[in-house]
Amino acid sequence: MKASVIHHLAALREACRRLLAAPLNCVLSLLVIGIALTLPSAGWLALENLRQATGNASGVQQISLYLALDAGQREIAEIETRLREAGAGRWRFVSRAEALKHLQASEGMAEIIASLPSNPLPDAFVVTPGDSRPAVLESLAASFAGWPKVAHVQLDSAWVQRFDALLRLGKRLVGLLAVLFAGALVTITFTTIRLQILAQAAEIEVAKLVGATDAWIQRPLLHFGVLQGALGGLVAALLVTLGFHLLSPPVGELARLYGADFVLRSLSGLDVAVLAGVGGVLGWVGARLSARLHLRHLE
Amino acid sequence: MIAASELTKRYPGGREALRNVSFTITAGEMVFLTGHSGAGKSTLFRLLAAIERPTTGAILINGQNLASLRRPAIPYLRRKLGLIFQDRKLLFDRSVLDNVLLPLAIVGLPRKEAEHRAQAALAKVGLTGRDQTLPIALSGGEQQRLAIARAVVNRPAILLADEPTANLDTASAGEILAIFRAFQQVGVTVLIAMHEVPSLAGPPVRVLRLEHGELCSESK
Repeated sequence: MKASVIHHLAALREACRRLLAAPLNCVLSLLVIGIALTLPSAGWLALENLRQATGNASGVQQISLYLALDAGQREIAEIETRLREAGAGRWRFVSRAEALKHLQASEGMAEIIASLPSNPLPDAFVVTPGDSRPAVLESLAASFAGWPKVAHVQLDSAWVQRFDALLRLGKRLVGLLAVLFAGALVTITFTTIRLQILAQAAEIEVAKLVGATDAWIQRPLLHFGVLQGALGGLVAALLVTLGFHLLSPPVGELARLYGADFVLRSLSGLDVAVLAGVGGVLGWVGARLSARLHLRHLE
Repeated sequence: MIAASELTKRYPGGREALRNVSFTITAGEMVFLTGHSGAGKSTLFRLLAAIERPTTGAILINGQNLASLRRPAIPYLRRKLGLIFQDRKLLFDRSVLDNVLLPLAIVGLPRKEAEHRAQAALAKVGLTGRDQTLPIALSGGEQQRLAIARAVVNRPAILLADEPTANLDTASAGEILAIFRAFQQVGVTVLIAMHEVPSLAGPPVRVLRLEHGELCSESK
């Protein structure tokens, strides 16, 4: 146990020494890894922001149930019970009078409303389902339409489907980018470790002759791969954060012009940790592959 | 104890470097392995150091058969041996102390204790005060003494040396052999491969003579 800790500390120290031994190479490698990780992580963050922005927009994930004009308090209570039993998520009852008041408040509508002999608007429920997948929304809407005293159910399913398709396409693209750039990171680490092994061939040979195991020889190389990958992840987090800070003011201004209150979300502490962790794991994979292959060739 | 039985080493292409070599070296013994160039001394050294495997036959070191030793077990065997090479195999970009510390770092000895043991090993070979020097600044004899310090720092029971006095003047060669004799006198088994048997003070040593890959004579 103690020897293992000593080995790992020594390997970490050696990995740090190798990183710092060529500062320019180190900075360039970290930049390359950082940029490789920036593209998928920025894409993911953009999708998250898009989902958040559209999730806030009214009507996108809501179903409106318009009741028949002759629906009374008993029917309204019954529908509310059915909504509860169906686990339909959150809902809000909008009475005819409330709807009329809203309409009157709209510009140019007051006079038209005043000229009507009676309130033409029905009572309504605005349902925000917990599950916003298009298939679930459509199934709920179909179920609501069969309930007594429900005159009309409105779900802008085409919009929801288009948006969902767009999000899925975006996710797929980000996924592809992530795989591609993960491969690039593994390749960069693989090559860096290969060069290190070639440069230290004599030292590795001596170490083996005086009793070094493969694990002992590989350990600083693996630490180096993890360290380089994790630092590359932090560089990516820095670049993404910088980019989002630059984009945040104009995006906010654009949202305000559309009457929305939207703030661009940047990376959280957990996101940064995940990015560094992913970089570290990919670095480890590259280092491990390279060490196994090239150390065998040295024998 | 070292025991070789019917040891044969055949390289690809059919060249036989060793043929049916058998011998036994008891614990604490000092043995010279002699023969002309190409007689098979270095091949035998590499087999004993588990750098190569015999084609047929067995080599037992403290009861462990090297011929059937699994690859992951080899480093642990080497930690029990002190290996000294003709070309020394020193790390020239590391200090004298760091060279001696390498085997101790491999076994995970804490730095302070490792330094203490490394300094003691350097003292035994007469390199006290040279710990921060780079090996390139040492003479040939001093470099070989450094190689011996590195070999003995893990306190092995067996020392194997391949041409340890090659390219050294008579005085330096004498000093190196005296160091080996000192280790033998404290119970270490010493096997030295050399062209000729040197004159050595103290009790007589056993000589194994190889010719064309075969053990042709054994004498004291």
